[in-house]
Amino acid sequence: MSAQTLAVKLVARAAGRAAVTPGEIVTCKVDLAMMHDSGGPRRVKPMLERLGAKVWDPERVVVITDHYLPADDDESKRIIATARDWVKDAGVRRFHDGIGICHVVLPEQGHLRPGMFVVGGDSHSPTGGAFGAYMFGVGATEMLGVLVTGEIWLRVPHTILVEWDGAFGDGVSAKDVMLFLCGRFGMDGGQYQAVEYAGSAIGRLGMQERMTLANMTAEFGGQTGLVAPDEVTRAYLAAAGVADIDTATWQTDDGAELAAHHRFDASALAPQVAAPHSPANSRGVDEYDDVRIDTAYVGACTGAKLADLRMAARVLRGRRVASGVRLLVAPASLRDQETARAEGTLGALIDAGGRLLANACGACAGYGALRFGEEEVAISSTARNFKGRMGAASSRVYLASPYTVAAAAVTGCITDPRELL
Amino acid sequence: MSGRAWVYGDDLDTDVLAPGKYMKFGIEEIAKHCLEMVDPAFAASVSQGDVVVGGRNFGTGSSREQAPAALKALGVAAVIAQSFAGLFYRNCFNVGLLALTCPQAGRIHAGDAIRFDAAAGGIENLTTGETLACEPIAPHLMTLVRDGGLLAQLELRFAKERS
Repeated sequence: MSAQTLAVKLVARAAGRAAVTPGEIVTCKVDLAMMHDSGGPRRVKPMLERLGAKVWDPERVVVITDHYLPADDDESKRIIATARDWVKDAGVRRFHDGIGICHVVLPEQGHLRPGMFVVGGDSHSPTGGAFGAYMFGVGATEMLGVLVTGEIWLRVPHTILVEWDGAFGDGVSAKDVMLFLCGRFGMDGGQYQAVEYAGSAIGRLGMQERMTLANMTAEFGGQTGLVAPDEVTRAYLAAAGVADIDTATWQTDDGAELAAHHRFDASALAPQVAAPHSPANSRGVDEYDDVRIDTAYVGACTGAKLADLRMAARVLRGRRVASGVRLLVAPASLRDQETARAEGTLGALIDAGGRLLANACGACAGYGALRFGEEEVAISSTARNFKGRMGAASSRVYLASPYTVAAAAVTGCITDPRELL
Repeated sequence: MSGRAWVYGDDLDTDVLAPGKYMKFGIEEIAKHCLEMVDPAFAASVSQGDVVVGGRNFGTGSSREQAPAALKALGVAAVIAQSFAGLFYRNCFNVGLLALTCPQAGRIHAGDAIRFDAAAGGIENLTTGETLACEPIAPHLMTLVRDGGLLAQLELRFAKERS
């Protein structure tokens, strides 16, 4: 058999075929379907009732509440209550309620392994690709289709290989990689194909940093973002209770055909900042002189995992936020928050003046009470700064790494975090 | 089908189509606020059969299918763009909204009268007299939109299986 990409191997297995060809349309069997409270039960329940249909396999469904928590109003309470009731009725046992954001909780709770074919009811579902699974986002009606058939159609993806060689400098992170790629190639750079991240610099990254790469493949325009599994993957999953993973099969073969192959020198990458209102408005941090900020936000699946909290804490430890600046910290999962608490990371953030928020999507989704005000200027470790997404249409959001967000919190304006490390 | 064109730029995102703060409500409420951040007149003025035209990467962002569903609820007959964000493109067909990929979408201006034939893959700009070619739509997606979206299609399928 000719050389194949990791993406093609994953899709071929799910399609029950020995080989598939990029561009052809296939039907895949779904190993796991993940939903959150917004696009999940409250939307699929009435549709299932209309069809008079049941979930094809409740053991292959995971439901995680994160968007409408804390449930501050009647509608939010109803949405969350619907999720809680529906999982019982549908026989879904893998239900994680109020312990963090779905993309972080899913691997943390041991639901992912290399080789799987997974759909998620959220655009940041490519995050699961960091574990060598083919995972991508779908809307609620398409999720309904999966729930009643266990299958989904897919155009077999081409692969865009993005290699980073060497090592990233201190104060430079996966978030900077993704902002750089969005700036360089645009939000459609991924062409809705599979984007695979490789190279010696990627191999040195921990799992949560790899998750940030895969996560922001959504902003880069890929269908999924992949990192081939290795010993780093094995160690993370073993700690999550997932044993005996196959790291040999789930690799891109040498000589496999690629749609594009980009190679970069990791040591040359500087911290990146995306100006309002697009992740594609990214430039090096040194190009932002004297941009004053009101709020520094460390949050979301993209930017508030344990690894992200540690980055922010490295800058903030022993310092205080600038006068007039508010620092908000919404750890992406309860487990990450408690680990951060035990090791002193959380204390460093709070001692610096940070306000701790719920383990939920918070201001990133912009669905709840926490929204930025008129003319407010924020710097955020989240993934999207579309106009009005996180608050008023007149609010302005800059995207950056947790290091850079923390540095801005300390100085009150956009600052190269390497000056504070 | 023909209608008037509402024209916007590149990277028109899901969050302006279905703003987050209204996402807790049903589609009728969300639709009232569709595009209000970039065009406050849109939701109140758009007519049945109109088309919404974008540039590159139309529908970038969220998986929220309320983005295409809001357009459909307002009577929009099709979205036309140079290219679409992949997840939004799938969602269009799933909710029964036709999405036409037209490399020459930039030749359509606000208010132009547009006629399209999805099966033939063509758009006619009645205002300028130009004919614009569209990329072909996968046959299963044409069937999906003809059936009225995935829910309606599944209803048909389940009804057949029962009878």
